[in-house]
Amino acid sequence: MEGIDGSGKTTQLGLLAKWLRAAGHPVFMTEWNSSALVKAATKTGKKKNALTPMTFSLLHATDFADRLLYNVVPPMKAGMIVLADRYTYTAFARDAARGVDRRWVRELYSFAVKPDLAVYFRVPIDVSVDRLLARRVKLKFYEAGLDMGWSANAVESFRIFQGKVLDEYDRLVEEYGLSVVNAIGSITEQQRMLRRLVSQHLEIEHHDELVDESA
Amino acid sequence: MTSSSMNPPEDAAAAPAARTGHYYSYGIPYLQIDNYPGKLIAIEGTDGVGRSTQIALLREWLEVQGYGVVETGWTRSQLMSPTIDLAKSSNTLNKLTFVLLYATDFADRLEKEIIPALKAGFIVLSDRYIYTALARAGVRGVDRTWIRNLYGFGIVPHLVFYLRIDEKTLIRRVLQSRGMDYWESGMDLKAGDDIYDSFRAYQRALLKEYASMADEFGFRVLDARRKVDVIQDELRRQIAAFLAESDVPAPLATRVE
Repeated sequence: MEGIDGSGKTTQLGLLAKWLRAAGHPVFMTEWNSSALVKAATKTGKKKNALTPMTFSLLHATDFADRLLYNVVPPMKAGMIVLADRYTYTAFARDAARGVDRRWVRELYSFAVKPDLAVYFRVPIDVSVDRLLARRVKLKFYEAGLDMGWSANAVESFRIFQGKVLDEYDRLVEEYGLSVVNAIGSITEQQRMLRRLVSQHLEIEHHDELVDESA
Repeated sequence: MTSSSMNPPEDAAAAPAARTGHYYSYGIPYLQIDNYPGKLIAIEGTDGVGRSTQIALLREWLEVQGYGVVETGWTRSQLMSPTIDLAKSSNTLNKLTFVLLYATDFADRLEKEIIPALKAGFIVLSDRYIYTALARAGVRGVDRTWIRNLYGFGIVPHLVFYLRIDEKTLIRRVLQSRGMDYWESGMDLKAGDDIYDSFRAYQRALLKEYASMADEFGFRVLDARRKVDVIQDELRRQIAAFLAESDVPAPLATRVE
């Protein structure tokens, strides 16, 4: 599940997981930048605002590699559905928006498993800003792109930075064939669309499972 | 996993050829380093070849001549040192995360130490360089093309000296100095339970990796089994010859009234 902050993808992911589990599918969730391995460095770097676009990129790749090997590949081997809150496309979009070479970051992540389905929740900047401001007091430093020094104002910086991220996502939709969900619609409307997309990938596997159990 | 992996972009081979003082490959687009006055000199080699001794002597010699010198090492960045130490001690690293943590560390030092020093005209003496990472990754079976692309943001040094020793000497020197540790023995490779066998196999494989890189990266190979001052003389001769072609500080001349 891809999309900028405030696109509502985490909400959608949670609802999707509920639905899948209720239908009897084993689900495994993994979240961007959540491995214990790089937590210390990310924290230090973020606290001191010491991360450059390159070290930011590499730390996230390290986190990704760690989760791929512990939280993505093993559950896949065990026949589970892995739901990833952000995947490589987040790195492609954010790192490029920060000025990292696009080809370099794509090659960096060439060890990743290609997802069976990649969904992009597309939302205009204004909507995402409204959603975030309604819920949170303060925009986070790196999420707002304040490290780039484009604006000292967090909201303004967020608009500029996430605007660039949106442009990068638009490239990715074509390059990697991401399925786009219009994230301005109501939560239930988006969820219906998402479930429709996901169910297209489940029919065959569901059949396999039945065969497995009778064997 | 390979069959379902994402393919790298097709223009991967179109990366520009490496020139000293420039990036190896794609580089860092937001940091243009063309025509920086500093020089980057890397001293490579396994453990126990006397790199730090040689670097300390070189620094002294260069500074007496009027060159500004900055030293940099491997795994010393403020950002990553604690994380790398922690990760090593907990043994949860796998070959990919191992490689990526070191690459992050290198990126940090490159941007915060090496590039600013080159910009300001310093001679940067690097105790180990990206070849250390390439060798360790090579031994661990990390894809060669991938790791070279990863380090594509590295700067091609003006000079790379490889201090070479043979396997037997290497093993004795490491045992004598700090002994075998888990990672330097390649125990993560799980080649066997015997730490000495594993250690020897690992060091042998490392030497092989370095040897294979000598041509690829134009190493100046020095026999490091000789005495410290003999090696130092050779380093100085080669560095002096290189520096003579560029900007030399005021020569040291006796004052005549």
